[in-house]
Amino acid sequence: MFPDSKIPDGPIAEKWDKHKFDVKLVNPANKRKYDIIVVGTGLAGASAAASLAELGYNVKAFSFHDSPRRAHSIAAQGGINAAKNYQNDGDSVFRLFYDTVKGGDYRSREANVYRLAQVSVNIIDQCVAQGVPFAREYGGLLANRSFGGAQVSRTFYARGQTGQQLLLGAYSALSRQIAYGKVKMYTRSEMLDLVVVDGKARGIVTRNLITGDIETHAAHAVILATGGYGNVFYLSTNAKYCNVTAAWRAHKKGAFFANPCFTQIHPTCIPVSGDYQSKLTLMSESLRNDGRVWVPKEKATAERLRKGEIRVADIKEADRDYFLERKYPAFGNLVPRDVASRNAKMMCDEGRGVGSTGLAVYLDFADSIKRNGADWVAAKYGNLFEMYEKITGENPYELPMRIYPAVHYTMGGLWVDYNLQTTVPGLYAAGECNFSDHGANRLGASALMQGLADGYFVIPYTIGDYLAKTPPTPVTTQDPAFAEAEAGVRARIDKLMSINGTRTPTEFHKALGHIMWEYCGMARTAEGLRHAKAEIQKLKREFWSDLKVVGVNADLNQTLESAGRVADFLELGELMVDDALDRNESCGGHFREEYQTPEGEALRNDDDYAYVAAWEYQGENQPERLNKEELHFENVKLTQRSYK
Amino acid sequence: MAGSNPNAKPMNLTLKVWRQKNRNSEGKIVDYQVKDISPDMSFLEMLDVLNEDLLHRGEEPVAFDHDCREGICGSCNLFINGRAHGPEKGTTTCQLHMRKFSDGDTITIEPWRANSFPVNKDLSVDRSAFDRIIQAGGYISINTGGTPDANEIPIPKEISDRAFEAATCIGCGACVAACKNASAMLFVSAKVSQLALLPQGHVERKSRVENMVAQMDKEGFGACTNIGSCAAECPVGISLENIAILNREFLAAKATSNNLS
Repeated sequence: MFPDSKIPDGPIAEKWDKHKFDVKLVNPANKRKYDIIVVGTGLAGASAAASLAELGYNVKAFSFHDSPRRAHSIAAQGGINAAKNYQNDGDSVFRLFYDTVKGGDYRSREANVYRLAQVSVNIIDQCVAQGVPFAREYGGLLANRSFGGAQVSRTFYARGQTGQQLLLGAYSALSRQIAYGKVKMYTRSEMLDLVVVDGKARGIVTRNLITGDIETHAAHAVILATGGYGNVFYLSTNAKYCNVTAAWRAHKKGAFFANPCFTQIHPTCIPVSGDYQSKLTLMSESLRNDGRVWVPKEKATAERLRKGEIRVADIKEADRDYFLERKYPAFGNLVPRDVASRNAKMMCDEGRGVGSTGLAVYLDFADSIKRNGADWVAAKYGNLFEMYEKITGENPYELPMRIYPAVHYTMGGLWVDYNLQTTVPGLYAAGECNFSDHGANRLGASALMQGLADGYFVIPYTIGDYLAKTPPTPVTTQDPAFAEAEAGVRARIDKLMSINGTRTPTEFHKALGHIMWEYCGMARTAEGLRHAKAEIQKLKREFWSDLKVVGVNADLNQTLESAGRVADFLELGELMVDDALDRNESCGGHFREEYQTPEGEALRNDDDYAYVAAWEYQGENQPERLNKEELHFENVKLTQRSYK
Repeated sequence: MAGSNPNAKPMNLTLKVWRQKNRNSEGKIVDYQVKDISPDMSFLEMLDVLNEDLLHRGEEPVAFDHDCREGICGSCNLFINGRAHGPEKGTTTCQLHMRKFSDGDTITIEPWRANSFPVNKDLSVDRSAFDRIIQAGGYISINTGGTPDANEIPIPKEISDRAFEAATCIGCGACVAACKNASAMLFVSAKVSQLALLPQGHVERKSRVENMVAQMDKEGFGACTNIGSCAAECPVGISLENIAILNREFLAAKATSNNLS
């Protein structure tokens, strides 16, 4: 029987308020008797750690970075959504909820998304009070811009560095609690296992990345805020250290993993330039507000362009195909990410791609510069243009940007109930590492919103309900489960160090990434997925017999760190393929070529697949068990998503 | 050496790299050769090539800090040919591309050099002193919830933009590495200015600047002698003006201190 999602009764607009009243509270004097571990200190983790410490709990926070300020939340560019309706353009909590459920292609839980939209307004208040310098109008009030998948301007931003400013806000709140001694911060510490005692999460095992020391830590509850798993593709817009290890170890200890195949391919990234490439760089979606996406109308023109026989300027206006504006007149260049990505791929598949590889389309600012002036464009997007020029050596004020889709975000993640609790009691998941709010596709500017909603305004309430039912007796690492988990971690490190083969972790990671991108990327087929599964299994066997790691554990050893993460990606990759195979429909970021409308749009199957696929670990090399949480839509009408 | 040359052919380079086993051991410069480096590679991708090569030869790769590789996380911190983040202005190491170098170049790569940033290993240093300075007061003391509506206090756009400019500091430590005194004034002043400019930060502006400066001194950073190398080498263009603001804030705080102890 599937675990209860614990969605409160009552009308959707009243569920959260009712739930906040119904949950048990921990009295102020007792809060200091509870210890909480927070793993990851990005937006979700830092905001949760700070807020819980403010309430009086003792928090231990862990980050594998040298400082909490480095988490990859910092790289989010475009903005954060909130239903403030400051622009008087018809926004509301219900509209943000509606847009998010629709944008997610009807594969998210209504109640969670509604709550997200409700608390979105509090996030903006909170961040402004912290000193986050959002963009403002001349009258001194906050500015907004529009983003993909919405017809209102509800996105708050700080030039192209919104994630940085929000993370530094959360980091400042966290720093204040560290100074007060309410948060004990462990930097350069990587979680390598979850400790479960009597069926409940009781602690973690970590490795100190400087000394190699293996440590155990106990607490009354554990929160994972460890981000997404996009780096399973090797090349993605994620930072190099982003990994699935913490979430995956929790999965192997009993936490269900939901919708792993729902990955977001972001349409506007700088294209790959060579096989040495170590990561991909995103160009904010906000650029689609003013940039126009196009390719040459004729394949022959594109070919001549690629060969360098003609230049962009030689292509007349009439010979350009602004394909998003042509196909989706209502939303134009601002269609949601999955639609924009798939269309770019279609153009390149037709042979109309540009750039030396033919795997790129243009994002052109010429019209905007003509209409508004280069200064106006620079004020809005200056840092993005500079970044583009640094990487490509081309000036985007003179030449259109070349962009191509790249893996950016993972909607799937640890299954959580309405309280953000996983299937392991006492283990919570916040931010990108849970599956909660984005369904099969995340709208732009919603990741920051979700991370901060979970950390500032959801977990601080819901975790109290669990703790109030847990005795406030001190917890220790004496239980044999700690020694057992620690021994397991040590044995695995020894194994990785002793294979002494010929291939590096990076080589295995690239090979895995290639399989995932080819067969489980922007377009998937049953045949391709079956092939991918066999390939991943083969690669996994090779990994455990031919891996090369040098150095020792008792030292800063970045090769060893990487090896452990790749080992977990190999297992996750196989589960993603299983999930994509199970889902015989197309929805959001999951596009199965067998299931499309005559116009080539994603064809959902609501009768058979309106569920959350929650996978349950069954042991080494055993097929995982699929559990299905049926999704019920009472407030949003399921329709064929149309942005025409 | 500098100057973009997008059509350059693959390069062969000599690297002189600082190797140091850990905080307590002595380090030394070791020479390495790297071949067929594409001008389109980033500097860190060039080091990836070196590290994969070392690994295949059974030698330990060079440890260095990096993460986002898009110039925002502040992790990367290489001292390249005697300059923080290398020869290109306004650029972090990860955004520096090999097209700024030429075939046959010799490139010296060292960690940040400052007593307050001890070396962890090779090119990786410990910058936790920066975190402790922020913990001393780099925040506005409000709890989650109970905050006024975000539009309740209008802030002039010019002020907000200036606060934003100061807030874009990525905490990489290039300012310290570039300073002959290893002073952290640019870093500290960026946070002090951001919060002093905003009305939300006014309540604690005196204690903030006093406490942050005290912590900066405690961490052993050198004094500021207004040379300006910090701002010249800052990859995100944090302005020297912030140091002037810090000094004004500090003087005003000391003259009218609320700190009665």
